[in-house]
Amino acid sequence: MAEIPILKIGDCLLVSIQVDMHDRLAMALQDDLTQRIVQDRARGVMIDISALEIVDSFIGRMLNNIAAMSRVLDAVTVVVGMRPAVAITLVELGLTLTGVRTALNVDKGLAMIRTIIDRGEQEDDRRGG
Amino acid sequence: MAETQSLFLTLIDKHQSALLDDWLDRMARGSASGAALRRDDGTLDQAKRFLDQLRRSTRHGQLEDINAADWAPMRELLEDVSRARVVQGFSPTETATFVFSLKQPLFQLLRREIGSADRLADEIWTATRLLDSLGLYTIECHAKTREELIGRQQQELLELSTPVVQLWDGILALPLIGTLDSARTQIVMESLLERIVASGAEIAIIDITGVPTVDTLVAQHLIKTISAARLMGADCILSGIRPQIAQTIVHLGLELNVVSKATMADALALALRRSGKTIQDRPAPTPRQND
Amino acid sequence: MIVEADELVPVRCSDDVVRARQAVRAKAVAAGFSLVDQTKIITAASEIARNTVDYGGGGTLRIEVLRNGQRCVVRLTFRDQGPGIPDISLAMQDGYTSGQGLGLGLSGAKRLVNEFAITSAPGQGTEVILARWK
Repeated sequence: MAEIPILKIGDCLLVSIQVDMHDRLAMALQDDLTQRIVQDRARGVMIDISALEIVDSFIGRMLNNIAAMSRVLDAVTVVVGMRPAVAITLVELGLTLTGVRTALNVDKGLAMIRTIIDRGEQEDDRRGG
Repeated sequence: MAETQSLFLTLIDKHQSALLDDWLDRMARGSASGAALRRDDGTLDQAKRFLDQLRRSTRHGQLEDINAADWAPMRELLEDVSRARVVQGFSPTETATFVFSLKQPLFQLLRREIGSADRLADEIWTATRLLDSLGLYTIECHAKTREELIGRQQQELLELSTPVVQLWDGILALPLIGTLDSARTQIVMESLLERIVASGAEIAIIDITGVPTVDTLVAQHLIKTISAARLMGADCILSGIRPQIAQTIVHLGLELNVVSKATMADALALALRRSGKTIQDRPAPTPRQND
Repeated sequence: MIVEADELVPVRCSDDVVRARQAVRAKAVAAGFSLVDQTKIITAASEIARNTVDYGGGGTLRIEVLRNGQRCVVRLTFRDQGPGIPDISLAMQDGYTSGQGLGLGLSGAKRLVNEFAITSAPGQGTEVILARWK
């Protein structure tokens, strides 16, 4: 069972990362999310990182993996709540989040997912962060 | 030897109040500018503490090296004196006058009290060397404090010169003036991102009309800023592209990966369209009946 | 240079990476770093700490806070006795990875700090020194 709770909001799944993640937790989250997307027929996955003070390449890789798996399952991934200091550091680090859209907060994230699903487009745009 | 060294210090103790008087007098007279080191409570207090500290720091008879541990409290006192003078706008010389103006009153005192010429010469020499090092120390402190002040002012100037303006609900504008180096880019990114969070804006117009040249480095800084804004969920529009800049960008093969417009007006029109807004003329007012 | 703090932290497992980050954060905060500077040095530390665990077989992190006049420096020294890096310039290229990573650990960390030094050779382990100041 995941130590990170996954909530269902309509046809979206919301994950809030609150703790410093280590490997086991990250793997467990990826597994659980994949299962839940299928199980709940989710069209959107929202990952709230507003509690994260650091995003390193390990977390970056995890986010990219989640986005890649969601895409295969026809779901849109949006990362929300990135802190300014984290964004500045990520850009300096040279980390690009491929296939991951970003929004300022949960509300905007949900609106973004809605727009994309309603448009019926699953973009192949690899322009990430 | 220790006895010889402490003679002028003993004399200072004995005649402290008269010496203080003379000293403060000298300080007020000593500077060229009229508003110099006034005989105010602050200066009197510092002078008293100086003499006190002189006695304490020389307790072990060590008068040669003012960087030693015994002299630490004295150095701190002189740092305070210098810092206060820098803030008040005094020059390094005026600041050093605090210490150097003690020489004349002190030597007059020594001449009155010491009979033997040889002894007098020794005492004056020792006192001079000590007061010189202390005076020079205040000049060093002055320089350091000034540098700190300038550094702080530069930082403030940097922050003031990168304003982020809200043009409309959800639309921010960042007019850049001057060159974009890495230090400036950091400040620009921080200001822009903080504003995005505060306003929830989803579009940021970055105007480079005021940026003289765009070379590979400047382009990198722009790309970083745009990427950072995107991570915060705001898309960017680049505006203010002068024809020469457009040519340079093409010649250098720079890939900015962002929508760019010639003017901020064009960028605003695009931003409004994207936000689902239109601007309409108001219907002409119907003519009034004059009664 | 005045040493204001000197702490040695083990970096042997995934949980240690988390602890290393927290230790570096504590020192960066105490040194008066701005939020962005803190984030940068902690992220750089996280990258190298993971390398130390994943590729170096585990090692140590020494965190020093030094004062040089006006400047306050946080210096991190990562050491491991692992297999070492055969080709450092290759390892420092963006995107190069000998494992599952994104290949940004060394090159990325270098961009986040003011000073970066790496010494490594096959069979001799690896030492990475990062330093950042206000």
